[in-house]
Amino acid sequence: MAETQVHAAHHAPSQGFIRKYVFSVDHKIIGIQYLTLSMVSAFIGMALSWAMRIHLAYPDFRIPILGWLSPNGAPNGLMTPEYYLSLMTMHGTIMAFFVLTAAPFAGFGNFVLPIQVGAADMAFPRLNMSSFWVTFVGFLLAAATFFIPDGPPLSGWTAYAPLSAVGSVAGPGQGLGQTLWVLSIAMFCVASLMGALNFIVTTLDMRTKGLTLSRLPLSTWAWFIDAWVSLLAFAVLLPCGLLLALDRLGGTSFFIPGGLVFNDQLQPHSGGSPLLFQHLFWFFGHPEVYIIILPAFGIVSHIFPTFIRKPLVGGWKVITFAEIAVGTLSFVVWGHHMFVSGMSPFMAMVFSVPTLFITIPSVIAVLVWVFSLYGANIRFDTPMLYSLGFVSLFITGGIGGFFLAQPSTDSYLHATSFVVGHFHFTMGLSAIFATFAGFYYWYPKIFGRTMNEKLGKLHFWLSFVGVYCVFITLHLTGFAGSVRRYSAFVDDFMIPLMPAQRFMTISALLLGAAQFIFLFNAIWSRFKGPKSSDNPWGATTLEWATTSPPPFDNFGGRQLTVYHGPMEYDDEASVMQTSPEASIAGT
Amino acid sequence: MATTVYEPPQVERHLPYYSGKGGGENRAPAGGDLHAVEDRPLDPAQTGIRVALGAITMSFAALTSAMIVRQGTALDWRHMTLPSVLYLNTIALLVSSITLEVSRRRVTDYARGVQTQISIPMLWLLATLTLGLLFVVGQSVAWLKLRAEGLYLASNPNSSFFYLLTGVHATHVLGGLLALVYVISKLRRAVLRRSTFAAAAQYWHFMGALWLYLLLLLWAKL
Ligand code: HEM
Ligand SMILES: [Cu+2]
Repeated sequence: MAETQVHAAHHAPSQGFIRKYVFSVDHKIIGIQYLTLSMVSAFIGMALSWAMRIHLAYPDFRIPILGWLSPNGAPNGLMTPEYYLSLMTMHGTIMAFFVLTAAPFAGFGNFVLPIQVGAADMAFPRLNMSSFWVTFVGFLLAAATFFIPDGPPLSGWTAYAPLSAVGSVAGPGQGLGQTLWVLSIAMFCVASLMGALNFIVTTLDMRTKGLTLSRLPLSTWAWFIDAWVSLLAFAVLLPCGLLLALDRLGGTSFFIPGGLVFNDQLQPHSGGSPLLFQHLFWFFGHPEVYIIILPAFGIVSHIFPTFIRKPLVGGWKVITFAEIAVGTLSFVVWGHHMFVSGMSPFMAMVFSVPTLFITIPSVIAVLVWVFSLYGANIRFDTPMLYSLGFVSLFITGGIGGFFLAQPSTDSYLHATSFVVGHFHFTMGLSAIFATFAGFYYWYPKIFGRTMNEKLGKLHFWLSFVGVYCVFITLHLTGFAGSVRRYSAFVDDFMIPLMPAQRFMTISALLLGAAQFIFLFNAIWSRFKGPKSSDNPWGATTLEWATTSPPPFDNFGGRQLTVYHGPMEYDDEASVMQTSPEASIAGT
Repeated sequence: MATTVYEPPQVERHLPYYSGKGGGENRAPAGGDLHAVEDRPLDPAQTGIRVALGAITMSFAALTSAMIVRQGTALDWRHMTLPSVLYLNTIALLVSSITLEVSRRRVTDYARGVQTQISIPMLWLLATLTLGLLFVVGQSVAWLKLRAEGLYLASNPNSSFFYLLTGVHATHVLGGLLALVYVISKLRRAVLRRSTFAAAAQYWHFMGALWLYLLLLLWAKL
């Protein structure tokens, strides 16, 4: 980091370790903090998934560390059904919020967006710092649930009421564990709102000369759209969490109906509506899946042109308008998560129609990526492999979406592992692959060193094959009727599927092991990787028009002027956005 | 950092590649003396506050829809009369918007040099602050009143929504009071940027409008 200081000397970066690396207002440091937090979270989430998979396939296998963590939840390392649900809840919560929402949006967005718009920092640097630290506190609250006597809540990442609302009578973890969970998610909401606000204002007000909206890099476009979706969706989850907290702690009955009996105890509530919870939650929840996937769209659309050496089909417009359409439509389809909740069949139809419509812009985006490959001179570097992997996973997962969007087929598939396979492809692993694409792509910019390509490719192929082995099989067992959220399939009609369960478990363990190649590569390259040039991929956007890593104020006091769109590629030739040369690709 | 000369935006506006934003506003403007500070057409503070108000609107829309759904499914919905102190509070909040606007005019006069006394806008600001505090105190009186009638948060859905909506709104008003304190402290040192003041004022007026809406909602539904 010595070179950073030289460039930024006149801009007076904060001095001292704490101000510089811990409570830093520098968007680059904050971006790295977010990425680190989500990487830690991802490994925790993965470990939880291992524990679950092992238990599903080998119900008698003891996992000593679980026994140590929770003597009640996993006596002698053998988890109870309740503890299985606790692990599942925390897996989902950590992955959906602290990995998939945090890394591609807040992590890369923080590091890259201000540089891509030519700004010295976010519009509100101190607010930005608070976003991270509030997220971090949220993470600690979630993590704390593992260390309390009752363990984490067991109501799933969707925390359906009244299970989540009545308190400890509903089972282990539903007392303090669920309370910590609600607080954690509320923190996450607040942080996301602050972050979204910053992203929006930075994109609107901080762009450098000549950087019109039509010249915005596609990743910035996606973060910008995503920020709007986040802003509106988390603004609903926060009151939803507040109502849940009041039901739990204040004795109100927003979500708890009258006459409810839990564990033989009549609950002292009346008149609440469990469906109200589902409406509020999914009003957030469906946009949330797009909050997760839109930055992935953006990262991949940003990476593609660099490695196919030509603009995307349809230019910036088609993909961007597809993203805007997805973002907008995502607010009117939430009911498709509630087809079998007891809502009226008419309403089910009302929600089914826009759900089928929302596939249109998604399909358009996919077609843009696929057609752009046509006739291209593709460079298969690791970032591109991961981008292609993203497209593949997204298509595979999306196909499952068509089955689920029909109330008739969904009533069979709803509570099966088919849904689990579906959302792991579309939301989980797609977004993870795009995050990896971004990681390999921006790593040289972030750390000034290059990651090892051989290890990168190995990591990619193992992950790619591993993901298909695990999650296609989940679709198939779902067709066969394998129920979602069961902790064991030991003595019922599911026994014939045990070989498939074992296959998935072994694949999942190998898939997880492959991630250590990545971890090693990321850490080792940070210190020992070859030094990277300023623009190793021959890209055109502003983050590549500065040093690697960029100085404190990003451009060393320079004020950039932008003359072109972000996709000025023509095979070997490319034109930087800041270069006054004539356009070669007409963007 | 001494006072840097602030480049007026007009210069950028005629650049060949300028369109919409993207006008090179990545320089922190001089955070200096009121007489020197010009405002940009759209300042981050202004954009930011509008975006924030959008999110707040969304939250209250969610709470409203929750109330309507909850009322629709409930057999336990009873009507109640609102404590009359609410109407006094409403007047205090509305008048505070007026005093705030007067203060803003006086600050503009001061920045133009028409007015030399900074204490004039300051007094109007302090009046606004007092009225805002009165509003919050008044809301607490309403809560005490309900408690005296035996209506607590969990007594019935109506009282739950009453405490919920007024409580969340009052919290937002407290945020507005903090913003006013910030504005006052900046004004005292004569380093208040007009856009900062405008953003705080927008927030404050929004809280007034939001309260009118909530009052209507509570009056009609509870
Ligand atoms: C291609 C268009 C898509 C369609 C038509 C579609 C449709 C559906 C439907 C109907 C369900 C409800 C199934 C049920 O619970 O019974 C569902 C579940 C889900 N979908 Fe999609 N989906 C699509 C794409 C996506 C994408 C792109 C994502 C993520 C980025 C995603 C993430 C999820 C998640 C997380 C769930 C499960 C939530 C839960 O119950 O925990 N889907 N999808
Ligand atoms: Cu959905």
